[in-house]
Amino acid sequence: MSITAREIPDRLTSSTSKVLRSWELLLLGVAVGIFVLNSLSSPYFLDPWSLSDATFNFTEKALIAFAMALLVISGEIDLSVASIIALVSTAMGAALQLGVGTTELVLIGLTVGLLCGAFNAVLVTVMGLPSIVVTIGTMSLFRGISYIVLGDQAFRGYPADFSFFGQGYVFWVISFEFALFVAFAIFYAVLLHRTNFGRSIFAIGNNPTAALFSGIRVQRVKFILFLLTGLMSGFAAICLTSRLGSTRPSIGIGMELEVVTMVVLGGVNILGGSGSIPGVVIAAFVMGLVTFGLGLLNVPGIVMSIFIGLLLIGVIALPRLVQQLSQRLK
Amino acid sequence: MIMLKKLISVRETLLLGVVVSLALLIATRFPGFIAPGNLANVFNDTSPLIILALGQMIVIVARCIDLSVAANLALTGMIVAMLNTMMPGLPVVVTLTIAVAIGAFLGAINGIFVWKLEIPPIVVTLGTMTIFRGVIFLISDGKWVNAHEMSESFTSFPRMELLGLPALSWIAVLVAIAIWLLVTRTPMGRSFYAAGGNPHAAVYTGIDVGKTQFFAFVISGALAGLTGYLWVARYAVAYVDIAGGFELEVVAACVIGGISIAGGIGTVAGAILGALFLGVIKNALPVINVSPFWQLAISGAAIVVAVTLNARANKTKGRVILKNAEHAQ
Amino acid sequence: MQKTESLSEATPILSLSGVSKVFPGVRALDQVKLDLYPGQVTALIGENGAGKSTVVKVLTGIYQPEEGEIQLDGVSTTFPTAHHASDAGITAIHQETVLFDDLSVAENIFIGHAPRTRFGLIDTNRMQAKAQTLLDGIGAEIDPSVRLRDLGIANKHMVAIARALSIDARVVIMDEPTAALSHKEIGELYELVEQLKSQGKAILFISHKFDEIFEIADRFTVFRDGQFVSDGKLADTNESELVKMMVGRSVDQIFPKRKNAAGEQVFQVTGYAHPTEFDDINFSLRQGEILGFYGLVGAGRSELMQSLIGITTPSKGVCKIEDEIVIIRSPADAISNGLVYVPEDRGKQGAVIGLPIFQNVTLPSLGQTSHRGFLRMAEEFKLAREYTRRLDLRAAALDQDVGELSGGNQQKVVIAKWLATQPKVIILDEPTKGIDIGSKAAVHEFMSDLAAQGLSVIMVSSEIPEIMGMSDRAIVMREGRIVAELEGKDLTPETLVRHAAGIKET
Repeated sequence: MSITAREIPDRLTSSTSKVLRSWELLLLGVAVGIFVLNSLSSPYFLDPWSLSDATFNFTEKALIAFAMALLVISGEIDLSVASIIALVSTAMGAALQLGVGTTELVLIGLTVGLLCGAFNAVLVTVMGLPSIVVTIGTMSLFRGISYIVLGDQAFRGYPADFSFFGQGYVFWVISFEFALFVAFAIFYAVLLHRTNFGRSIFAIGNNPTAALFSGIRVQRVKFILFLLTGLMSGFAAICLTSRLGSTRPSIGIGMELEVVTMVVLGGVNILGGSGSIPGVVIAAFVMGLVTFGLGLLNVPGIVMSIFIGLLLIGVIALPRLVQQLSQRLK
Repeated sequence: MIMLKKLISVRETLLLGVVVSLALLIATRFPGFIAPGNLANVFNDTSPLIILALGQMIVIVARCIDLSVAANLALTGMIVAMLNTMMPGLPVVVTLTIAVAIGAFLGAINGIFVWKLEIPPIVVTLGTMTIFRGVIFLISDGKWVNAHEMSESFTSFPRMELLGLPALSWIAVLVAIAIWLLVTRTPMGRSFYAAGGNPHAAVYTGIDVGKTQFFAFVISGALAGLTGYLWVARYAVAYVDIAGGFELEVVAACVIGGISIAGGIGTVAGAILGALFLGVIKNALPVINVSPFWQLAISGAAIVVAVTLNARANKTKGRVILKNAEHAQ
Repeated sequence: MQKTESLSEATPILSLSGVSKVFPGVRALDQVKLDLYPGQVTALIGENGAGKSTVVKVLTGIYQPEEGEIQLDGVSTTFPTAHHASDAGITAIHQETVLFDDLSVAENIFIGHAPRTRFGLIDTNRMQAKAQTLLDGIGAEIDPSVRLRDLGIANKHMVAIARALSIDARVVIMDEPTAALSHKEIGELYELVEQLKSQGKAILFISHKFDEIFEIADRFTVFRDGQFVSDGKLADTNESELVKMMVGRSVDQIFPKRKNAAGEQVFQVTGYAHPTEFDDINFSLRQGEILGFYGLVGAGRSELMQSLIGITTPSKGVCKIEDEIVIIRSPADAISNGLVYVPEDRGKQGAVIGLPIFQNVTLPSLGQTSHRGFLRMAEEFKLAREYTRRLDLRAAALDQDVGELSGGNQQKVVIAKWLATQPKVIILDEPTKGIDIGSKAAVHEFMSDLAAQGLSVIMVSSEIPEIMGMSDRAIVMREGRIVAELEGKDLTPETLVRHAAGIKET
């Protein structure tokens, strides 16, 4: 063996240089670009209240996206989140008919969210079933239950103080939803990037077998992650129901696509193993800015979703295209 | 004997048993349900699902997934419907060909992204799902194409009766036979199973996994396009939201039919039986007075149950090392 | 084993000259030369990373060379696809399984080149018949209509061989063909090779085992670091010369013998049993001892070890570490009790590619480096620095992705990771399997150091020289049970084999 002990440096490239070349910075550039574009194309854009309205386009989805990002990094996925919103909202609406107050509604909402998450968790971690089909199944099941309960009716009559969650403001233009978004952004960023739990998520996403052999309780971590997506869907359901003031079984339909787009746009690898919360935060802003900007130009929702679809594919396709072209030019 | 053994494996026989028992169960309350006329109705009604499930089967066997089939169906349906209003004299054969071609093209878009850029199918098809739907709005300006705007030949074709069954049912039967021949007897068909079952090994046998998956998407798209025409013609209407959420039923049919999401496993019989299972339930609900709002929950529950059972069936048993334990098993 | 005496200087059937294969940043093959003669077996020898698997892929048309010439019967040619290579009569039995569990045996044999009917459909009857003929020809009693999944591992290998022979081959490549075979099956393989030789085929035989090479091969070619070193007839050389060519230096001490006084009993297993994998397991381990576990493939050794560290649950049994009973139901329990396991499959089960080196090293020790569940990078770097220095790791930086390191250095990261948990007992499962001579010696020296420092080592190995050279004591397992505990005079290759195979003493 060698005689001289070689000292390996901790880091080859400085942290700042890493940040400068990152996906997150690129995305931030895109966000700024869209912001400028929006302010140029519509006179209504650069108004503080207008901007505050814009946040409603992404806050609820972002709440779920934070938990979803962790789940995707660990190598799983949950396509049932929008349906959990429907079931949570239905449960709250049903409880409402029984005359409960706002506190109880919130508790019921979060509990139902957790239970849905637990259902997914058991199927995937305890029974070992693939999460993609399982959550396609629960996607139908959860919303299906909402349809059974409500049919083509709606629950209305939410109490006045309940509407604070989706319509209230905590300070000047800062809505409650936005404040919640910021709070959870910080929570999840710390959880993913600064704790052992977060580190284990990355390990599991890259090599679950090696992670297991290294002493990580893989199944327990994944179980918790499914609980979290259920819980965050619960939070999103409370905000959305409060904002709309009613519950229909079709509530939030299609939202799972937007959440996945937000996660992928934020730089999370759909196959697992890498990603960041700051990326998801910026992606949330990008998507919010795009949809709000298009809304100001009176583009109909369904055409807007073409942009979302293109964004989702483009975000993954472009880097690979660039890589392939650059290799061919070598 | 070997042919028979291959023709009906245990899983499919079980599923057949379940479907038959279900029908008989309903018949105990409503004998009219198993009258030949009604059974033919159920089959006809389920034909679109059967056709799409056969296409999806190939995609899933190849280790992919296609969530854009319903949007493909709707877009192609809208295009041929609009074409029909502009050129009502167009023969149905031409319309069918155009529908298949458009569907195949849309499928090819999915296929190219998966093959050449290696983007995971779930992402591609989630994206194209919304893009296709949005395009329907763009080309139709949100307007519907109604029955009175469609030509007689256009709308009557699926209902044309031949030997007691409408053309729609016959097309499902023909597609089933064609797909069966494809996957059991052609090299390309077997390569779907190879590429999906062991993509790493497939390379060594000269199979191009990406190209194989591309063709899987083209076939799925072509069948979706075909079903697009059949759908708008049969229901005599075309608008943005037709077949909304249908892709979930298609995946459900495949999963119930024993097709494994891991790839490499799945049969034509399974896909058909899975679709029939859902079709029988859907048609039975009004008969036994259950609101159609139960349908979504039932498909969801069926998927969950089916995946659980599939996983049990496909589990390879751990190695038995102890000699006496082998006897105890 | 009859060797062909006259090795005439016939034209090689297949010849590579000046062939290079370049990947971004790596020259896997650098102007190599390889000649395969009809009716002769050429052994390709080289360390891991020498380019053997790469050259096989070039020969079978899976890779295209950037430089050089391929000659078939003296005529320059190319193999743009795998089909071209197999059409030219080149077939290979690869190291990895190239088979499909959910297709039938016949389909596996003929996938990619199935016989067709007039209409272009696959002729299943003809395919079955041909498959049966092939299987009979190699003495395999397998029904071609059965699904591959339902066969045992030895039979699956037979199907792989049948597949290789299903094309009218002139060149047969065998890449580590005896890895999963029993003694009897290896004998049958040698007979098959003789048969192929007598048919005038050229055979390329890749193996790490010198006894096999000298038994079966006529010629040799040595690669090192992707380059051609030398070739010639085996009759003109010997093992140590080959090793020198392989490694570039002479390797004296493959098994550094050192004498240790074993200390107190540190690990004791009593009555361990599992419903299907092992039964009645009792043994103990002393401090500073290397305990070898020998047995045939499938004897249950890895299963036992994985149960000891909590991957699977035993049905009964007691485990004591330093005389205290410990309940181990998960790897986390094992690690916290000072018991660690370095698995056989280092790639899949060892390093977490995608994470940087330092994070790999600290993964099982996060409890130590973190504070109340929060990461402390400074502590992590400190730990990683210490253990990577100890193992003389070669890397650009500690935050480099471990996937960018060479195989040997990745192995060091894995070992560093386990050492950092400061274990009392370390279980190494086939530590030098598939590893070349040079690295083997390094691993063995390292193991000796560990034992000398007071660690106790359990070494699961299927190589007799390794067991003989490294173990203080050896335990033999057969069919899930311990059948012998040998040390000193009793520890001989003959007794090891006898107990492992269940041969009665005459």
